[in-house]
Amino acid sequence: MKKIKKIKIKINGKIKSIIKDSNLSKVLKNLKIPLNKVAIELNEEIIDKKKINKIKLNKNDKIEIVHFIGGG
Amino acid sequence: MVNLKKDGLIIANKKFNSRLIVGTGKYKSMSECAKAIKLSGAEIVTVAVRRVNISDKNKPLLMDYIDPKKITYLPNTAGCFNSKEALRTLRLAREIGGWKLVKLEVLGDKKNLFPDMIETLKSTEVLAKEGFKVMVYCNDDPLMAKRLENSGAQAIMPLAAPIGSGLGIQNKINIQIIRKQTKLPLIIDAGLGQASDATIAMELGCDGVLVNTAIAKAKKPFEMALAFKNAVIAGRQSFKSGRIDKILMGNPSSPSKGII
Repeated sequence: MKKIKKIKIKINGKIKSIIKDSNLSKVLKNLKIPLNKVAIELNEEIIDKKKINKIKLNKNDKIEIVHFIGGG
Repeated sequence: MVNLKKDGLIIANKKFNSRLIVGTGKYKSMSECAKAIKLSGAEIVTVAVRRVNISDKNKPLLMDYIDPKKITYLPNTAGCFNSKEALRTLRLAREIGGWKLVKLEVLGDKKNLFPDMIETLKSTEVLAKEGFKVMVYCNDDPLMAKRLENSGAQAIMPLAAPIGSGLGIQNKINIQIIRKQTKLPLIIDAGLGQASDATIAMELGCDGVLVNTAIAKAKKPFEMALAFKNAVIAGRQSFKSGRIDKILMGNPSSPSKGII
């Protein structure tokens, strides 16, 4: 049986283990992120949400997912 | 009669009926926040950009309580201490759903929370070039306010007093000088403590006020939201009605002719 390779990435400062060659869309789906209410950065670059299907994640990638919360 | 319906607040070519902007921070719950906003009559609310809590997927979202289609979200850079952080925050805010009307707030000191005007000015220039409509939190300094205006700010938002201090307007003269020199919307942001502070701001000729802590942390936030709504209307009406001149001595209200 082929062993599934995993890589470590950081999402919102927390280390997560994901299957190698996962795309960003799948990772966000697993986290149940409501795409219409967030913005996403990959390695400090803003990602066009329409293109997340095409983005493959690499080891040590840093993802930031932000939304609006109460503030002054 | 001052027709307040025709007397709207225009920011970046958009008209708002309410001159009260409220913050959405420091409330006990999102439902309390939503109810206070409704009672305040505010059509613009400030919001912060923060990380999504990825470990608690069921945590309620602000957008579930305050509909951005009905209330204008004004993304704010509160908590940013330099231009780089502020620009990153607002670019992300725009990405969430196309928000271009934003509030820039670059702080310079963690204790007094005064704005760092050098970083604020730099950020305003960049954001205006990128097509943002920037409402700028600033000191009550007329010279800096002028510079912000020349850098493409869409609204000048001087502090009344330090953020969250509740001290009310400390420098009325500066606010009046800024009022005289600018045609941009002038909105008092930060430091108000009670409804009458908002009335004073409006009577000085300001176009609006932004309030968060004074409502959210009042013993009765709903009543205070209503009080601020009425105070802003009263202040605007008073300003538009033209106050009497101040004189040193008394001037009787009853005619002196016919005294028995």
